[in-house]
Amino acid sequence: MKIPLQRNRDFLAGLMLITIGGGAMIIARDYPFGSALRMGPGYFPTVLGGVVAAFGVWVLISGLIKQEPTTRTWSVRALIVLPLTAVVFGYMMEHGGFVPAVLVLSIMSATASPKFKFTEQAILAIGLTVMSVGLFIYGIGLPYPLFGGH
Amino acid sequence: MELFHNLILGFSVALTVQNLIYCFIGVLLGTLVGVLPGIGPLATVAMLLPLTFNVSATSALIMLAGIYYGAQYGGSTTAILVNLPGEVSAVVTALDGYQMAKQGRAGPALAIAAIGSFFAGTVCTLIIALFGPPLAEVALEFGAAEYFSLMLMGLVTAAVLAHGDMAKSLAMVGLGLLIGIVGTDVNSGMARFSFGFSELTDGIGFVVIAVGVFAIGEIVSNLGEEEVGERQTYTARIGSLMPSWEDMKVSFWPIVRGTGLGAFLGVLPGTGPSIASFSSYMLEKKLSKNPDMFGKGAIQGVAGPESANNADAQCKFIPTLTLGIPASATMALMLGALTIQGIAPGPQVMTQKPDLFWGLVASMWIGNLMLVVLNLPLIGLWVTLLKVPYRLLFPSIMVFSCIGIYSVNNSSFDLYMASVFGVIGFVWVVLECQPAPLLLGFVLGPLMEENLRRAMLISRGDPTVFVTRPISLAFMIVTVLILIIMVLPAVRSRREQITD
Repeated sequence: MKIPLQRNRDFLAGLMLITIGGGAMIIARDYPFGSALRMGPGYFPTVLGGVVAAFGVWVLISGLIKQEPTTRTWSVRALIVLPLTAVVFGYMMEHGGFVPAVLVLSIMSATASPKFKFTEQAILAIGLTVMSVGLFIYGIGLPYPLFGGH
Repeated sequence: MELFHNLILGFSVALTVQNLIYCFIGVLLGTLVGVLPGIGPLATVAMLLPLTFNVSATSALIMLAGIYYGAQYGGSTTAILVNLPGEVSAVVTALDGYQMAKQGRAGPALAIAAIGSFFAGTVCTLIIALFGPPLAEVALEFGAAEYFSLMLMGLVTAAVLAHGDMAKSLAMVGLGLLIGIVGTDVNSGMARFSFGFSELTDGIGFVVIAVGVFAIGEIVSNLGEEEVGERQTYTARIGSLMPSWEDMKVSFWPIVRGTGLGAFLGVLPGTGPSIASFSSYMLEKKLSKNPDMFGKGAIQGVAGPESANNADAQCKFIPTLTLGIPASATMALMLGALTIQGIAPGPQVMTQKPDLFWGLVASMWIGNLMLVVLNLPLIGLWVTLLKVPYRLLFPSIMVFSCIGIYSVNNSSFDLYMASVFGVIGFVWVVLECQPAPLLLGFVLGPLMEENLRRAMLISRGDPTVFVTRPISLAFMIVTVLILIIMVLPAVRSRREQITD
């Protein structure tokens, strides 16, 4: 049975490895290679990039032979929301202060689930914020302002 | 007796009120996290790292170690009670443990798991005390070539013993090594793969990758699964805790064998506790007079693997502390914690900081004792915790993860990187590329390059240095042997059978 390439698990994995390995080799061309005796900063990355890309070719070919599809289901919503939440939290730590940052972090990440209910998550967010302030700011003494940037 | 002297020193450190408290907090948090599915010991240690910032190095390590082996315990509790292995290493425990629970024998299953783990913990504490110092002495003789070969052996072992496709795992190790190179080259001062970001010239933080891949990426894929089917929680009655005399008798040898197997595999860098528990299960099934009982509630199938994974987890400290080479990704975090405290990992730690080394060893035994005492009465509490729905759990994990990442360098950039790794980690899950070997490669990358370059410089560019020095040659031979054995058709098909 043939499956389309965009669902062929090992074909895709191989492609990823070739891209990263090959990319590393190309970038490493800008670094002095040196010799086996005095290896330059480009030596190790070039060799490694080659090794990774070579394994990539192997995995890619085996994918074409084995024809196994990807089996994991995933939620596009979570894939967008969660990384974005981490970014927003990072930004707010610099510009908004610890308390707003944690509140937003908790509520925003909760929206990644299709079963999001605002009241429930608001209570959780407040609880987590109070706990984090107690534990990290007063308990451990991390030097972050509660409100406002630094 | 030097051994007794050392152990007494260790206990005098571990039994101070402060260290007892940190040990207790560690095992409690560890068990808590072990019970909760969807977050492993690695991500926990990573996100709780800030808790150790302003305590002494010894207390910090004692607590982190407590989290680590506490998580193993917690994972098996839920595996037995609700067929939900909290950790990968507890998957095997669920096979027979859950069957026992269904037959109303959850109590003995939990008790034998605790007894087996405690036995393994005790033996391993002694092994570390006995073999640590001589190993560290040998390690002091290691040159660059030996270190390089040893790390190569560890990485290859990690890859071939990981679950799934071997070629993919080896590639992931390579990828990890590549990611490890990002940052300023120590020899030339050149910034590599920094893509113009000044933040990247310091390299990518370990916590960033660990939390990005193992917490954020993990949650993304869990939420995908949840849309398909809701988690099942079936709570078994625990019944009497005490195992019968018969239970103890049939479990004795499995516990001893599991401990031996786990200790042996534990010393090898790269192998994980799941390999130890799996091997022990296979061994017990093979040795049993009625192997048909396995999978239907055989107590040996709980006793052996549980001892094995605990032995493995504890003995991982041997290469980590004596050689300064992290034997697993979690151990890399321990070394990271040491570095944060201003202590360079390596064989000199034992002689320069004996209170730290022996205090940690002694605390592991105390921690194991605490777990036995703590776990059995608190089982009811842990089971209640399981009823916390995932929609409340994962925002909490996100909160702790993100604060954890930020606190290491007080840097927003680290969070941006972590979200990138969250996406990449999710892609790896979908493509079934194991991130665990990658993490080990990532940690060892800079060390390996450094030692390779130094070895070649000392040997004047002669690559035979790796096979002419006896210790290095031995590591190389083992590496090649492992590779040859694993590609043999018979072993290969058997390995695929096991990983399925």
